Amino acid sequence: MWGILGRRAVVVDGGFSASCLRSRMRSGLVSARSYAAGSKEMTVRDALNSAIDEEMSADPKVFVMGEEVGQYQGAYKITKGLLEKYGPERVYDTPITEAGFTGIGVGAAYAGLKPVVEFMTFNFSMQAIDHIINSAAKSNYMSAGQINVPIVFRGPNGAAAGVGAQHSQCYAAWYASVPGLKVLAPYSAEDARGLLKAAIRDPDPVVFLENELLYGESFPISEEALDSSFCLPIGKAKIEREGKDVTITTFSKMVGFALKAAEKLAEEGISAEVINLRSIRPLDRATINASVRKTSRLVTVEEGFPQHGVCAEICASVVEESFSYLDAPVERIAGADVPMPYAANLERLALPQVEDIVRAAKRACFRSK
Amino acid sequence: MATSFSATLPLHGSQESRLSLTPIRLAPPSSFLGSTRSLSIPSSRSRLYHAHAARRSPVVGVQEVVKDKKITNSLLITKEEGLELYEDMILGRSFEDMCAQMYYRGKMFGFVHLYNGQEAVSTGFIKLLTQSDSVVSTYRDHVHALSKGVSARAVMSELFGKVTGCCRGQGGSMHMFSKEHNMLGGFAFIGEGIPVATGAAFTSKYKREVLKQDCDDVTVAFFGDGTCNNGQFYECLNMAALYKLPIIFVVENNLWAIGMSHLRSTSDPEIWKKGPAFGMPGVHVDGMDVLKVREVAKEAVTRARRGEGPTLVECETYRFRGHSLADPDELRDAAEKAKYAARDPITALKKYLMENKLANEGELKTIEKKIDELVEEAVEFADASPQPGRSQLLENVFADPKGFGIGPDGRYRCEDPKFTEGTAQV
Repeated sequence: MWGILGRRAVVVDGGFSASCLRSRMRSGLVSARSYAAGSKEMTVRDALNSAIDEEMSADPKVFVMGEEVGQYQGAYKITKGLLEKYGPERVYDTPITEAGFTGIGVGAAYAGLKPVVEFMTFNFSMQAIDHIINSAAKSNYMSAGQINVPIVFRGPNGAAAGVGAQHSQCYAAWYASVPGLKVLAPYSAEDARGLLKAAIRDPDPVVFLENELLYGESFPISEEALDSSFCLPIGKAKIEREGKDVTITTFSKMVGFALKAAEKLAEEGISAEVINLRSIRPLDRATINASVRKTSRLVTVEEGFPQHGVCAEICASVVEESFSYLDAPVERIAGADVPMPYAANLERLALPQVEDIVRAAKRACFRSK
Repeated sequence: MATSFSATLPLHGSQESRLSLTPIRLAPPSSFLGSTRSLSIPSSRSRLYHAHAARRSPVVGVQEVVKDKKITNSLLITKEEGLELYEDMILGRSFEDMCAQMYYRGKMFGFVHLYNGQEAVSTGFIKLLTQSDSVVSTYRDHVHALSKGVSARAVMSELFGKVTGCCRGQGGSMHMFSKEHNMLGGFAFIGEGIPVATGAAFTSKYKREVLKQDCDDVTVAFFGDGTCNNGQFYECLNMAALYKLPIIFVVENNLWAIGMSHLRSTSDPEIWKKGPAFGMPGVHVDGMDVLKVREVAKEAVTRARRGEGPTLVECETYRFRGHSLADPDELRDAAEKAKYAARDPITALKKYLMENKLANEGELKTIEKKIDELVEEAVEFADASPQPGRSQLLENVFADPKGFGIGPDGRYRCEDPKFTEGTAQV
């Protein structure tokens, strides 16, 4: 149902997620222009909102819980319109008590409900990390399969713009090291929709790492992705761009940077294959290794801290499985090994930029030092 | 219905009408500070607390209520109930004693925390619950699991790490889970079980209000005095009262958190007072007396089932053994231990049953013998059970068999042969 209405009420600007009929009618007129132009676009914000909306209407056991998700319409407007549509019994504005409400979500999942717990940013999840790991991730194992935890923990992860050290950490590596958790990191609107729907339907705890700076970005979206039963597989990466000279693996916002870098490299005659990991745990080692065996070179990019990061795991996996195929040392681009500085120029230096990826790819191709 | 579930909660006035424990009286803090260390509360301060409590939420000392009942000569329990309680407490005690023996013989390993002395709390509360009510506990959870209905064999095998254990040997002493009996754990971190219990109570309410099912299940969360200094405890008191959840928070105040005395670590050691601060009744009860605990539990459980919200019950109790079997237990005073040993809940119940002619020596001995045999049999069963197979190591990490999620057709993706062909979608 949403798919059909979605066509008429596609994004106008800043995410009118069109849950009320009147605004659908209003934006219907404006979006007619983009409809006529032939390609549909959707912001990541709308994609997430529509995914949660559809899953909530399909299954009454799904509910949303978090700070400011209700009356405020979501701290980043991801849950806009849900309170009006589903009422306060299914969209909970919690007090500022991460450990408490995360634990309540886990307990509700133990007892059979399907909570979607929002963290205003994943930095705040550190106050609740005991519940994510000890009571959610480990429960199915500790109880030998008796108690599964169909919960989704979602929220923005990684650096935003100028928010300082305590609001900019990337938690992909920390959560992905825990057996029992599934960790997903979408990039485009289609990723966001498909992976969030898969996560909500999943019987296990899923950590869903979004990115604040991607919320407002629009991506083209296919008819298939707008269907209400669309979901992407967990544990499969996507090859965003095929190439034959060097493999660039990355996730979340860095996929955009890698694609830009691939454009620049193409101008210099280097054909880069860009892999959007989508799923950090389980990691799609098969795809990564197959790609490296094809190109013989690896550049792995992430935004988080370098030591013990996602890139380190990918490098280890490639060295273990495809060592004899490698023609160059593996290249690892990660954020600087410092807490995130505030000053804009320092922040730019602390995060990987397109030039860094280009340079690393050239190094791997022995075109530069 | 939506509004009753939302934020605002009147704190004054309407509380009194909802609590139906009569007579409603303010009890002075009882002699629970009967530990040999005395705490001096300046008397003006304690009066102030009571005045506050009067305005906000009535708090009752159950000793008064129970004494009243005794005076009017009606017994608190029937013979069947009495024997059931006795049997449950004897099971708890014998089982824990057997655990100690098995530990020292090397059959059990790791961390084992025994419940000797606290049986009245477990029996008093859990024997009032149905199978669909939930219990959440801490690492001191063997007896909670037994009272809730998990068989002695399953618990003993779990402790031995055998495949026939309630969690197939994957949980261990501190992680007793049973879906069938709604024993939701067994948590090693103190305070971790409280939000999980609050969530289970939340589900009960959600089922009733959103899914429109007939559900009046309550949840009982057990935890200790040390936990009451942890942030999660307060977060959950707040939310349970805010959302009026059917939960009972039971504090098993045994005065010691490993070697840290409750009085040394807590600014205001009277935990029952923390309930009214959040808008729920706080009750203090003598946790060495199973009948008193049962009376308070009845009221708290009925309140929760009626939808009137949470209750905080502080049970003054004592553990006869150390914190765990590895604890040398050097810091506790011998005199204090002797004092509480004299208040052994099993001896007290036995005395009550015999004095009130509810049972005779012979019947009680039969129960003891039966339990002895049960526990022995559990040990033999556990001993004879096999250890888990090697393939069990990697099982049950995910509910979804290979961790690849569910496809749009609603089935597990790893079952779809196309999923494993080829690599990523381009």
